Amino acid sequence: MVKVVNILRALLCAPLLVAVHAAEPATDAPATTESAPLDWEHWRAGNDVSDLASLQRGARDFMNYCNGCHAVKYLRYQRMADDLKIPPAALTASLVPPGSNNLDYITTAMPPADALSWFGKVPPDLSLIARSKGVDYVYRFLKTFYVDPKQATGTNNLAYPSTAMPAVLSSLEGVKSVVFREAAAGAAAEQQKPVDHFQIVAPGQLDAADYDAFVRDIVNFLDYAGEPAQIERHAEGIWVVLFLAMLTIFVWLLKKEYWKVVR
Amino acid sequence: MSDSGAIANDIEIDESRRKFLTAAASATAAVGVAVTLVPFVESWTPSERARALGAPVTVDITKLELGQMILATWRKQVIYIVRRDKALVDALPKNDADLKDPKSADSDQPAYAKNEMRSRRVDVLVLIGICTHLGCLPKQFFDPGDPVLGASWPGGFRCPCHGSRFDLAGRVFNGSPAPTNLRIPPYSFSTENTLVIGLDGGDAAGAA
Amino acid sequence: MAGNDKAGGAVVPQGGFWGWLNYRLPVAAFWRSQASEYYAPKNFNVWYYFGSLALLVLVMQLVTGIFLTMFYKVGEATAFDSVEYIMREVKYGWLLRYLHSTGASAFFLVIYLHMFRGIMYGSYKAPRELLWLFGMIIYLALMAEAFMGYVLPWGNMSFWAATVIINLFGTIPAIGPGLVEWIRGDYGIADATLNRFFSLHVVAVPLVLLLLVVLHLVALHEVGSNNPDGVDIKKKKDDKGVPLDGIPFHPYYTVKDLFGTGVFLTLFAAVVFFVPTFGDLFLEKANFGPADPLSTPDPISPSWYFTPYYAILRAVPNQRMGALLMLIAVSAFFFLPWLDRSPVKSVRYRGWIYKTFLGLFAVSFLALMYLGMQPAQGVYVTLSRVFAVPYFAFFVLMPFYSRIDPVKPVPERVTYHG
Repeated sequence: MVKVVNILRALLCAPLLVAVHAAEPATDAPATTESAPLDWEHWRAGNDVSDLASLQRGARDFMNYCNGCHAVKYLRYQRMADDLKIPPAALTASLVPPGSNNLDYITTAMPPADALSWFGKVPPDLSLIARSKGVDYVYRFLKTFYVDPKQATGTNNLAYPSTAMPAVLSSLEGVKSVVFREAAAGAAAEQQKPVDHFQIVAPGQLDAADYDAFVRDIVNFLDYAGEPAQIERHAEGIWVVLFLAMLTIFVWLLKKEYWKVVR
Repeated sequence: MSDSGAIANDIEIDESRRKFLTAAASATAAVGVAVTLVPFVESWTPSERARALGAPVTVDITKLELGQMILATWRKQVIYIVRRDKALVDALPKNDADLKDPKSADSDQPAYAKNEMRSRRVDVLVLIGICTHLGCLPKQFFDPGDPVLGASWPGGFRCPCHGSRFDLAGRVFNGSPAPTNLRIPPYSFSTENTLVIGLDGGDAAGAA
Repeated sequence: MAGNDKAGGAVVPQGGFWGWLNYRLPVAAFWRSQASEYYAPKNFNVWYYFGSLALLVLVMQLVTGIFLTMFYKVGEATAFDSVEYIMREVKYGWLLRYLHSTGASAFFLVIYLHMFRGIMYGSYKAPRELLWLFGMIIYLALMAEAFMGYVLPWGNMSFWAATVIINLFGTIPAIGPGLVEWIRGDYGIADATLNRFFSLHVVAVPLVLLLLVVLHLVALHEVGSNNPDGVDIKKKKDDKGVPLDGIPFHPYYTVKDLFGTGVFLTLFAAVVFFVPTFGDLFLEKANFGPADPLSTPDPISPSWYFTPYYAILRAVPNQRMGALLMLIAVSAFFFLPWLDRSPVKSVRYRGWIYKTFLGLFAVSFLALMYLGMQPAQGVYVTLSRVFAVPYFAFFVLMPFYSRIDPVKPVPERVTYHG
């Protein structure tokens, strides 16, 4: 299955690349006063949940790259297809794994016991990650993996330091290392140093712009998955608010008419 | 009602304007109330989970033997699946005079089951095993000439609660408290031996 | 029968259905005494919308709550999942949930504005002390209701809010620890706690609230409403006994309150449909993950309507003193009718001393509300201590400053500019 291969590939590649580049540890660039450090903490996902095409790509990419380990257990395949306007043929062919049917919840094939022994942690269900951590966090998480020989996975993450998740998307994004700046006085851990820039150590299949779009689509999908009703909510809300405003105007006119005689 | 000092009695009250505005506001509010009721009423309709659990049920009848009945559940209802003897099915028209609704005119079944044998195929009977009287599960008495039901018993079902009797097509006999024939659910055969309850559609096997 | 005459009773002039009904149930008499011939001051301003709005929100919470209970499954294994079931799989379940969660916050916004009106215009002063006390008990019951309601989704914030707040009871001398275990029904916040909170939130406290609201309205109608000038309209009546500055509640205030309802519902709907989480204020992010006894959310704070008191709690370095001070902060309101020694009711006729204390109190309440949402360290704790002073001073010093406050003469009749 595609998903398992990707995981294994990431698991094997990361330490391999680390070994290759052992002679190039993360260096501290001299602090430059001209340019500001990389402001990754303020990156915004900027996704649009009404963009169905993006959601469709995100659903497909999630199934291909994330569902190997992560479930979205509160969402059914059929519900996703209905909301995202995915044709039934595409749903069965590309999105529903063999053995599941369209009405099932989206689970993952990864056995929790195995995950625990491989990663030290069961990959969490992602149904609500966009609501509990926010889309911006997920966006930053997927874009700030970097090479770190000190970690068991060989990689680390700026948004979630010491994450147990390996850099499974490095085949797409490429493997990158981070170049920190001199820290302000008192910063102890490496993570508190400002980031100067990322450096691609080994390129992936996608260039920076394409990978960014890829991440945005997945984040968009997870935003939708967190609250499928939001599309309907916005659409109906316009009518409700306009109707109530109109009713309020009528009642105001009525009130003024009655209160004319109050002195 | 006397005017208090705060209510001017020298200003003319435009009754028609008051009536018009009251009507306009009330009509709009009534629409609003009606629309507001919709989500509350709709919330009681079967949820996505109920509809998923009520999805069609697939039953493998390869091992269903002649004269045997197996049960399935679809949409919380018990489904009887019976492998019938062709000879007994051919004899079904003989019951017509003793039946309340021999042509199933008043009973509930899909179009393809509105025939004498009340099924798509001669050899397989699929019906909802709930007595149309008060909802008990009828028991099977498939052998003709049953000691309990009498020598002229052609084979069928008898409900233990109040004694309603049905033939091998689920049709109700005269003298039974049940008013109509046993209901037939929508079903189809995706292969010769795969019965899909809850799904109408192409009949792969064809009537035998 | 038309024209019935019960011994000692009034003759009912109507025939037909209404005659039949009114002979058996005083519907027409009730309507006259509570609406069409019940006189309220004509000078109500915008601050007077919030009482009827509170009633509206109460009804809405009851109805949406009843419907949510049809789908919610209480129990630590099922509660969180059942809320997601409601949000995703029950038709319009998301709307029921958002109406209820937004309604909870709307309830407190409306109540705080309603209470502030009472403070500003001296509506707690004689003969309305009991009215004020019923209102304060409603406020306490509402806080309990909101707190328990928040635990029901069994998210991580639900769990830890319950843990922290119940632990506060442990500060009571001698009986504290035993009391905490008794409230919880277990050694930590657990299934037993959730189940009893469900029962209290759905049945017991709503019944208490309804009873208190009825008592509150009966007490109000017994003495009549105050008004922004603090002038007693019953002192000047016409020859038919109708207050000169009064207008019948129906149709004038029924139609005016309907307008207020329209404005409120429009804004309310805008929030429900477009920003139901309202930043992180109405539905906190941490509660979108299930309860985890091994991980406290960081930072942790209660819902916005509790944070003024939370700020006071955290301002004091001693646990027991902090809890005590928080208790005093909430209960101080009860004593207002007797702390206030001013001859004047409404802020319109009070002097600069009172206005200063009131203004500082209002600013402090809002500042403490903000500070209670911040992490409990550094400048936030310092500022909490700073703002706690005007908060308590408003109450503690009131017997003194309300007496020396240079008041203005109060008019005989209300001021009304149409």
